[in-house]
Amino acid sequence: MNLTLKIWRQKDARSKGQMVDYKVTEISEHMSFLEMMDVLNEQLINKGEEPVSFDHDCREGICGSCSMFINGEAHGPDRRVTTCQLHMRMFHDGETITIEPWRATAFPVIKDLIVDRSAFDRIQHAGGYISVNTSGNTQDANAIPISKQAADTAMDAATCIGCGACVASCKNSSAMLFVGAKVSQYALLPQGQVEAATRVKNMVAQMDLEGFGNCTNTGACEVECPKGISLDVIARMNRELMKASV
Amino acid sequence: MSGFLKSSIGRKVAMSLSALFLMVFLLQHFFINSLSVFSPELFNEVSHFMGTNPLVQFALQPVLIFGVVFHFIMGFILEIKNNKARQVSYAKNNGGANSSWMSRNMIWTGGAILLFIILHFIDFWIPEINTKYILGDMSGTKEGLEGLRYYEELTHKFENPLRVGVYAIAFVFLGLHLAHGFTSAFQSVGAASLRKKLANVGKAYSIIIPLGFIIIALFHHFNH
Amino acid sequence: MTLNSKIPQGPLKDKWTDYKNKINLVNPANKRHIDVIVVGTGLAGGSASATLAELGYNVKTFCYQDSPRRAHSIAAQGGINAAKNYQGDGDSTYRLFYDTVKGGDYRSREANVYRLAEVSANIIDQCVAQGVPFARDYGGLLDNRSFGGVLVSRTFYAKGQTGQQLLLGAYSAMNRQIARGKIEMFNRHEMLDLVVVDGKARGIIARNLVTGEIERHAAHAVVIASGGYGNVYFLSTNAMGSNATAAWKVHKKGAYFANPCFTQIHPTCIPRSGDYQSKLTLMSESLRNDGRIWVPKSLEDAKAIRDRSKKPTELTEDQRDYFLERRYPAFGNLVPRDVASRAAKERCDAGFGVNATGEAVFLDFAASFERYGQEQAKIHNLVNPTNEKIIELGQKIVEAKYGNLFQMYEKIIDENPYETPMMIYPAVHYTMGGIWVDYNLMTTIPGCYAIGEANFSDHGANRLGASALMQGLADGYFVLPYTIGDYLADDIRTGKISSETPEFDEAEKSVKDRIDFFINNKGTHSVDYYHKKLGKIMWDKCGMSRNEKELKEAIEEISALRKDFWQNVSVPGSDKQFNEELAKAGRVADFLELGELFAKDALEREESAGGHFREEHQTAEGEAQRRPEFQYVSAWEYKGEPKEALLHKEVLEYENIEVKERSYK
Repeated sequence: MNLTLKIWRQKDARSKGQMVDYKVTEISEHMSFLEMMDVLNEQLINKGEEPVSFDHDCREGICGSCSMFINGEAHGPDRRVTTCQLHMRMFHDGETITIEPWRATAFPVIKDLIVDRSAFDRIQHAGGYISVNTSGNTQDANAIPISKQAADTAMDAATCIGCGACVASCKNSSAMLFVGAKVSQYALLPQGQVEAATRVKNMVAQMDLEGFGNCTNTGACEVECPKGISLDVIARMNRELMKASV
Repeated sequence: MSGFLKSSIGRKVAMSLSALFLMVFLLQHFFINSLSVFSPELFNEVSHFMGTNPLVQFALQPVLIFGVVFHFIMGFILEIKNNKARQVSYAKNNGGANSSWMSRNMIWTGGAILLFIILHFIDFWIPEINTKYILGDMSGTKEGLEGLRYYEELTHKFENPLRVGVYAIAFVFLGLHLAHGFTSAFQSVGAASLRKKLANVGKAYSIIIPLGFIIIALFHHFNH
Repeated sequence: MTLNSKIPQGPLKDKWTDYKNKINLVNPANKRHIDVIVVGTGLAGGSASATLAELGYNVKTFCYQDSPRRAHSIAAQGGINAAKNYQGDGDSTYRLFYDTVKGGDYRSREANVYRLAEVSANIIDQCVAQGVPFARDYGGLLDNRSFGGVLVSRTFYAKGQTGQQLLLGAYSAMNRQIARGKIEMFNRHEMLDLVVVDGKARGIIARNLVTGEIERHAAHAVVIASGGYGNVYFLSTNAMGSNATAAWKVHKKGAYFANPCFTQIHPTCIPRSGDYQSKLTLMSESLRNDGRIWVPKSLEDAKAIRDRSKKPTELTEDQRDYFLERRYPAFGNLVPRDVASRAAKERCDAGFGVNATGEAVFLDFAASFERYGQEQAKIHNLVNPTNEKIIELGQKIVEAKYGNLFQMYEKIIDENPYETPMMIYPAVHYTMGGIWVDYNLMTTIPGCYAIGEANFSDHGANRLGASALMQGLADGYFVLPYTIGDYLADDIRTGKISSETPEFDEAEKSVKDRIDFFINNKGTHSVDYYHKKLGKIMWDKCGMSRNEKELKEAIEEISALRKDFWQNVSVPGSDKQFNEELAKAGRVADFLELGELFAKDALEREESAGGHFREEHQTAEGEAQRRPEFQYVSAWEYKGEPKEALLHKEVLEYENIEVKERSYK
């Protein structure tokens, strides 16, 4: 199929960017979205132009690198997939596709479609861990039984890949689904409960400091999350913070 | 604790608690108003009680006013903060794909409700305060009128079709606000399971209460 | 220089304990004056960074991704082995050791593998303490599954995302140290050279991938944890950015490169759909427990299926060739990865491939639907259930087991695998070869270490399923932190390492010269053009089965391609900005050298073992034939062109295991 692409081009963090139109032809419906972008870039390189920069790595939906806002949605129109797993069969011949970077003050653009998500790392530094030394002298793994339900719910929260689609989709650029997922994972496990109060306080404080917006429960994050993280994790984080503050 | 109130989550909990309080108030307000349809006498009596009981007037009324003012001011503060969190907007944003119109437009439906409340205060609350506390008339009666004055004042206000129209539209906005606000309030205080369990109650509440207010207004408009 | 693997004396089971008791230690006050560089943040690099920082060293960690959490360990699905014997099915350290050595076709070092098995149990304890949500049973205890055809259930897992959860565990341990200021993290940085001062590794040259700045970083020791080199094939299950540059630079500075030809090709990947394909996606090999692999018996049927004039479900049982069951009646569809992969390639090469590219075979669950369905019908006491009902019940069971894989397949291929058989094809997955290291995990450059997939040590010629995660974490959490202390104990009086020395000047200049060349060379072909060509040579001639003639051709072709690359490669943009093409150019330049050494190693190794199959060395039945005279590690010393690399042999001795022929008939 033949497509028109409207892509955000921005030379670097300081430059002003703009939308630029490109045409690509003979795109197979079996291609992934990023393979379509590869075709465009090969075309640009052969013309001596600079290719479009975008974050990508594993191309199997788990590393969380890819981050495109496609036709008004994070990771495009399909559900439960990252951009790298989105396939061109979701589009039709002759379509115009708008491709933008994640937009959030806390995620400044580095180049073209690449944004700086280090705010997520800093939130994790603030408390996204259990303080245990890696000596190997911890107690036996089966010393504390954990109910299957708690372990499974913790696993569901831990599935987060940190791509930032929640922030990108949220009208308030709120990072609460991401932070809620991490807080929930640890809050559900006995190992994490020891530091639960300080963890949630510190992580929320860092999240606010980074300039993410406030959650208004629109639920957009949950719908766009490629891993289906539930809004329940935000509710749990709210509870955890209330518990920690009283 | 002070840290909690300054945090994003603390503020949203505060928003939600004020909202839950206002929803209880709204239910009570609706209940009293609906009496006007069935029994003008009972409506008068209850209105007089509410208007003159010191507990209601000097304890509940200030709390209510604080709740309303707080909910609005915090709503606007959060909106400004949230706008700052995204300074460059998307060229194309398909919000409808992942969220309801109501959830994305709380600030507009809320703003419309604010305008309505101003009108409502001019219509009822300011004259009432003037009569009771400036003029010092706590009798609840009016010259040339037998019995209590509240029912008569109410029906009088709904004579003007323009006012009835404005009230009706305002209640539509209230309904839209509640359609998201009701369940959202439970989510914010961390009651995710209640959010899901009460989804239908929320829908019913956000339709029945505003619709009821509209019916009451229309009833009085056409019956007098 | 002769190779000294520094294996401690004494009985196998006491080696590691005795070793730890006798090595030199660095006292805590001195550790804070010692800097260590770690390159890579996968399971090995991430766990090593965290542990070294915890011990008190100043750690500088580098990754090319935007966050350490994105390293490709995250993509591992299946699980992690540990000899916990929680299931009481007779597992032990020895049995895990034995299975690993046997699985590696007797081409790995006994002492290393035993140590790996020994510390494996600690890994699970450690990860649980860190909050890794492993799967549990209803009693609240950890669940296990059996994996990769071994006889015990020793694999711990977290849904189909075990690698992700373990990596996030290591990342969380890193976060704690970053918050303490003990790890300085350099995201979006790529190591471009190793700096050797007075024969010791003393730092690296790195490029900031955002600003393009070339930076010098000095340290008392350098740890390479940059993963494997599967992307030399262009198409693999590795991440797009996975590269061998750090490992190759170290090799060029004096570290021997071991067994490059040992590559694991995984049989159950989603097939390529066209030339535009950028990477291959793996599906857990557990699918082979319930799927039957087949191609049509006749070439006409194969052709009809390829051009879609016939559906696979239209073929009757006697029109199908279940080639694994036919050739290997005992193990059937569960033969080891290399055997299954070669058999599929053989059928496709003979013209029986079933997708548009002709490179796919069917993996059919219809029999399982029926088998499970009938079981369920009995369990639910259904009298005379209809065929549809049976299939429906069976599909539910299969869905519970593999639902996520079926869904992933459908997203990619756009066919419903419940209705039509899946298509699979082998793909390059893991490289057993890597930088040669001794028992201490030190390379032949003093002070330069290699851990995880980047080194060659523990998997021999073939890696068992769920063993890569175990090795990465064992190296990083429990082995390197001890062994590196032994070396650094001599460095406590050295003081801060300066980066203002002629050695740093020289390394920086060579890095800058190469970048200048790429930017200024106004060539005609993109970097990917060369990478794809290299990949094709590697796949065709150094792939699943190799022979002398083609390997010799490959060496010549890669050499010619490299020459062409250095004349005609085109890199757009500037070096002072984010420039992925520039980064790729450097990586492909190194792959073009590594690929040739790979072919040379494959040519030299005149036997078939594990991931290396030489057509000249097979049994009458077409099975791999090991040769005792090749029971050694090939460690290659850099001497300029890859052609001139010098071979050193580390002969492998088996004192605790009897070397056996393998048979899957």
